[in-house]
Amino acid sequence: MAAQDTDIPQLAHPLEIPRLKCGAMAESAPYAASREHQEGLGFPGELLPDWKERALAKMEELAKRNRAFQVYLDTCVKCGACTDKCHYFIGTGDPKNMPVARQDLLRSVYRRYFTFAGKYFPKLVGARDLTEEVLDEWYSYYHQCSQCRRCSVFCPFGIDTAEISMAAREIMDVVGKGQKYCNEIIGKVHDIGNNLGLQEKALRATLEDLEEDIEEDTGISVRIPVDEKGADILLVTPSADFFAEPHIEGLLGYAKVFHEAGVSWTISSYASEAANFGLFIGSYENMRDVSLRIRKAAKDLGVKRIIFGECGHAWRVAYSYLNTLAGPWDFLDQGYPIPQHILEFTWDEIQKGSLTLDKSRNDHIRLTFHDSCNVARASGMGDEEGGQFEIPRNVIKAVCNHFHDMPRDTIKEATLCCGGGGGLLTDELMDLRVKGASPRMTALKEVTEEHGVTHLAAICAICKTQFSKVMPKFGYDMDSVLSVHQLVSNAIVLSGQDAGEGDGSETPENAPNDAIGEEV
Amino acid sequence: MLGILFAVLFYVATLVLVIGVAARIWRFARIPAPLKVPIAPAPKTSGGVVLRMFREVVFFESLFKSNKWIWLFGWTFHMSMWLVLMRHLRYFTQPVWGWVEVVQPFGTYAAFGMIFGIAGLWGRRIVVERIRYISSPSDHLMLALLGGIVFTGAMTRFVAHTDIVAVKVFMLGLLRLKVGPLPSDPFLLVHLFLVAALMIVFPVSKLLHAPGVFFSPSRNQTDNARKKRHLAPWAAKMES
Ligand code: SF4
Ligand code: SF4
Repeated sequence: MAAQDTDIPQLAHPLEIPRLKCGAMAESAPYAASREHQEGLGFPGELLPDWKERALAKMEELAKRNRAFQVYLDTCVKCGACTDKCHYFIGTGDPKNMPVARQDLLRSVYRRYFTFAGKYFPKLVGARDLTEEVLDEWYSYYHQCSQCRRCSVFCPFGIDTAEISMAAREIMDVVGKGQKYCNEIIGKVHDIGNNLGLQEKALRATLEDLEEDIEEDTGISVRIPVDEKGADILLVTPSADFFAEPHIEGLLGYAKVFHEAGVSWTISSYASEAANFGLFIGSYENMRDVSLRIRKAAKDLGVKRIIFGECGHAWRVAYSYLNTLAGPWDFLDQGYPIPQHILEFTWDEIQKGSLTLDKSRNDHIRLTFHDSCNVARASGMGDEEGGQFEIPRNVIKAVCNHFHDMPRDTIKEATLCCGGGGGLLTDELMDLRVKGASPRMTALKEVTEEHGVTHLAAICAICKTQFSKVMPKFGYDMDSVLSVHQLVSNAIVLSGQDAGEGDGSETPENAPNDAIGEEV
Repeated sequence: MLGILFAVLFYVATLVLVIGVAARIWRFARIPAPLKVPIAPAPKTSGGVVLRMFREVVFFESLFKSNKWIWLFGWTFHMSMWLVLMRHLRYFTQPVWGWVEVVQPFGTYAAFGMIFGIAGLWGRRIVVERIRYISSPSDHLMLALLGGIVFTGAMTRFVAHTDIVAVKVFMLGLLRLKVGPLPSDPFLLVHLFLVAALMIVFPVSKLLHAPGVFFSPSRNQTDNARKKRHLAPWAAKMES
């Protein structure tokens, strides 16, 4: 559906509970993966005749392989505490977007085939047969979940609908009903090394241009090295950072911080992608293969440390899974966190005093910060509990004079998704994306009204792309979303640079966001 | 005759409950959690996890943050239930343990707490559109079962006093595998029958949330993925 058709929900406050609108989003579904994209990942190219048996076999396997799947299916008491916690429910009113109802789409089938009650008393416990209609319903509603985990925070048992939707997507993949957006992108990473399918030559050319931009802007030569053997640090960052606004501004920020910190670093053309869409399709194997590219790059380049750029789900995979998927990392310097987040690095440098920062260069900005779901709820930063909330804010406050948080029940562990996460950042889902963004946008409007907030900073490539697309529909400019390291980049005074030069406040043209921004 | 019927019923119910729940726990415990998925705010140490779990099961912390009404009814129901259960220990012990004596007066009136909780939860299930939507017949039936147990139990205690001494003799007998006579008071018999029914459905119903809460990976994992490598046995096989 085209975005213009979307009736943008008018919420009185960010968490306003809508009336139920049954079937409101039943037509929403992403494009199906082609045969080629399916087979590229080892999945069948089309729905197989014995799809049902395969689906049930996969379900049984998942229940043996993943405790979360089994425990969550058995444990829900239908208390209803999660029913009003999903931004897609708030934005659409479709009851199947209530987290427990979303789980039930699969739980009902699990019960029918794998539980005593469901086998003998299906009506009593809401169990149902697996049919093609049910499969289509899964395809629709498991692609209306951004796997943001907000529901899990509020469930008395921590039941995480994201786990169920990942499992559902994996089941759909193995029966031949995959989603184009995710599977095509994962294929590109396996073949080329990044989501954009950007070849080494093009990558080098882009980064050289960016080096020139910095020099033009500041008069200082700051390097953005590629494949430099023997560098200390491997930077793994979402490929959107090479191409789209405002992502690029963040990359310039990382480069300047590294430059001032005096460390040697490099990007790898082989592992030129932090994003790992294997997470979204619930595929351990795909996620592992993508992660192993980073291991190989780190070994080949002989680096001592790995640092990740700003990306939400990538940081989840890095922080929580990289050790599992691609470890042990015994060949890296154990004196640093493995892997480390660029914000942890920058915050350390700020505390050491190695950066000269001129906050007033961001004075034209009144800022708020969007906690990205996967950073906020599924990972950490630093050694303290809650570091993933404090470290970004600490850095922001060090480079920016005007900072105001959005309402407490919409930030930190209760943060509202941007509406485009979890493999939904594709044009055909624009209607869903706009509606799903409305709670976050309503929270933003509140701080705009109260504190005159003009900009929103994010640390996730998906959030940035999603916001630059949907913010105009809520009355903000598309460049109202910023990278946190863009603010750092603005404020940083490079050694040897005279303080008046390059106030960094102008933003280069928003050029290629439309063309490739969907593929962060 | 009645005594034998209920004796058999209780032996069967106990077996089903113990074996069924043990089997589920065994299953939960054996399935690996392949990835680290603690949900924020996630503790960094195992001590922190114990504390978190304690707050969850004793105070229903997340539910409190989530929905004050459900918390009020749910928490009151569960805590009252514990008091009532503790009080019931007096029918299975001779002499009665000291602390059970202490609980006695609280446990007696906690029945009203349970009724309050059940009424509240059931009311919401019917009145609140969202919760009505997610309810199956079994969800109503479970509330009816619990309500029936509490109601008949309260009747035997507050209204139509049953010969509680005889009941205790019967129960103590069961524990020693000796079947004696049971008073044929209708409230008592319905009460005992429903309790046995509850024990039997426990392992195949949502009552599994009781053991399940301790196995939830999002709540029982320590947030230390970068420090300590976590690997499921099936995933380890991929590495060789
Ligand atoms: S909050 Fe948890 S237990 Fe309650 S209905 Fe939602 S998923 Fe089920
Ligand atoms: S994980 Fe997020 S998107 Fe999915 S059901 Fe829960 S709240 Fe909604």
